[in-house]
Amino acid sequence: MNIHEYQGKEVLKQYGVAVPEGRVAFTVDEAVEAAKELGTPVVVVKAQIHAGGRGKAGGVKVAKSLDEVRKYASELLGKVLVTHQTGPEGKEVKRLLIEQGCDIKKEYYVGVVVDRSTGRVVMMASEEGGTEIEEVAARTPEKIFKEVIDPAVGLQPFQARRLAFNINIPNELVGKAVQFMTGLYNAFVDKDCSIAEINPLVVTGDGSILALDAKLNFDSNALFRHPDIVALRDLDEEDEKEIQASKFDLSYIALDGNIGCMVNGAGLAMATMDIIKYYGGEPANFLDVGGGASKEKVTEAFKIILSDPKVKGIFVNIFGGIMRCDVIAEGIIAAVRELGLDRPLVVRLEGTNVELGKKLLSESGLNITPADSMADGAQKIVELVK
Amino acid sequence: MSILVDKNTKVITQGITGKTALFHAKGALDYGTQMVGGTSPGKGGTTVEIRLESGETRKLPVFNTVREAADATGATASVIYVPPAFAADAIMEAVDAELDLVICITEGIPVLDMVKVKRYMEGKKTRLIGPNCPGVITPGECKIGIMPGYIHTKGHVGVVSRSGTLTYEAVHQLTTRGIGQSTAVGIGGDPVKGTEFIDVLRMFNEDPDTYAVILIGEIGGTAEEEAADWIKANMTKPVVGFIGGATAPPGKRMGHAGAIISGGKGTAAEKKAKLESCGVKVAPTPAEMGATLVSVLEERGLLEKCITRK
Repeated sequence: MNIHEYQGKEVLKQYGVAVPEGRVAFTVDEAVEAAKELGTPVVVVKAQIHAGGRGKAGGVKVAKSLDEVRKYASELLGKVLVTHQTGPEGKEVKRLLIEQGCDIKKEYYVGVVVDRSTGRVVMMASEEGGTEIEEVAARTPEKIFKEVIDPAVGLQPFQARRLAFNINIPNELVGKAVQFMTGLYNAFVDKDCSIAEINPLVVTGDGSILALDAKLNFDSNALFRHPDIVALRDLDEEDEKEIQASKFDLSYIALDGNIGCMVNGAGLAMATMDIIKYYGGEPANFLDVGGGASKEKVTEAFKIILSDPKVKGIFVNIFGGIMRCDVIAEGIIAAVRELGLDRPLVVRLEGTNVELGKKLLSESGLNITPADSMADGAQKIVELVK
Repeated sequence: MSILVDKNTKVITQGITGKTALFHAKGALDYGTQMVGGTSPGKGGTTVEIRLESGETRKLPVFNTVREAADATGATASVIYVPPAFAADAIMEAVDAELDLVICITEGIPVLDMVKVKRYMEGKKTRLIGPNCPGVITPGECKIGIMPGYIHTKGHVGVVSRSGTLTYEAVHQLTTRGIGQSTAVGIGGDPVKGTEFIDVLRMFNEDPDTYAVILIGEIGGTAEEEAADWIKANMTKPVVGFIGGATAPPGKRMGHAGAIISGGKGTAAEKKAKLESCGVKVAPTPAEMGATLVSVLEERGLLEKCITRK
């Protein structure tokens, strides 16, 4: 789960990680009020969306007067910001972070992730702050330093010091850097983050170490034990269909194509998208209806797919293990009877109760095209939507 | 011969009184697995009654702890159907009881819990398969997990996969061609897991009854790339692969917690290229996993040996 920059900074503050003073604003008046409260000569007006690259896209403005704050706030609120991470349709800005300006002397990168090969939390740091870390990793990997953290003891001060020395934090600021990194690690572990990125971490003219930006992402598997994090969820930043799907415990991701998919199992669902593309079609979504799906869940899944106006045809690919083919068939029939079927539907069933499932579909009187195999089904649906 | 489990493996179910656990305990017993008991803290001393397809009713003893269950039944393996909030603890309890094998089916365990579990398991004898996996099956002998037994048939091809239903698809493609499986192992879809591709490949390499392997991977992480290097350096038997998620967009978690392309790394294209460069033929579509294996077996003169069902 993603949260906004201002929310990430509030979380980090609780762990002793130094962040610039700032306030969130939802209206132009609130933005000006916030700037007054901060009282610094320079104030930064930052668009809050769940995507990076806001600066380059004009979503971060430095204001030197309250009039400028008003001007930038009016421009940014309601604007659709297109960054290299939002996709061409961009994201509408509904919140702003009004932050004190800092006298930036140098920028660094510090990030925390789980390293899959070792199964350990890793803290990475680099002197190349402000740049995309993937670029640094590609061009100059020797500039990225890593500390592998033992979960039995956590991030040790000597490790944080080593990172600080490696990225050339000035000697007199190493103590502050250690405090910063320790706080960052503690926040990561305490709140079950999947990633915590500070890019850039800045050293200021008056000798502070601050998180100028903070990107915190949370492990969805752990949200059940963090209601305070769940409360930070911004539904405006999520796809409506994905929100609907999550209400029914369906795993759904919207894509750009016109062939809707319903599959049981994430691996098979990905493979189904792949085979549609292989035959020249474009999948409209990823949808894993899961192992124990009921008739109701299947109906909901169908509704969500049909609610997408881009969808010109649907491919249902089921290999029933725990999932029974007759349950899927009943779900499809119920959904179609409730919503009507105005688009081609290809269904491939295999596995538990397959004969019963096929029988139910063929006797339903509905316009359903059966398929013998995954390849057969993919080819048929691609043909039908042409 | 097979790897990990066979007809002699005695297994208990942790969380046995739960609905899902009972359903799959029945599935295991119907298949002929030696499911000998289970645990449910607080319900020790009771029994669960399972009515099999054959009409027979089996009574399994329930224990409070894994240690008690293992001591009383002689079980060396356990399968976990415990909810995500408690599953890491269940794994650690099985490890503490010194079982040889623990298979965790549970999906949704917090990643940082698994980081702790992995640390806890260092230096201990227990092998963990999963979490978020369909389980392990040695056809005709032992089925531990949620896979449909009937699609499998005994044979000489090892299967190792991060996915559940995509594995059934592959197994189906093999069985319908008369090609049986030695053991099928679901290592699971999580980013931090007990057993990786390399671990299973090593076991298949050392199993005299496995003549070839199908490896089913997906986007996210670098396990397939690491496996590719290992295969090139060590594997004496042919390996064929498929990688799901060629069409997955970056940054999105595709169902499995571990199926995510992040920081530009972990794409299907990279994995495919790496595997091919290390001598692993990768099926171009999921519908051709069986056919790809057949072509490689033919090339190596192994096809006839691998046909175990007419």
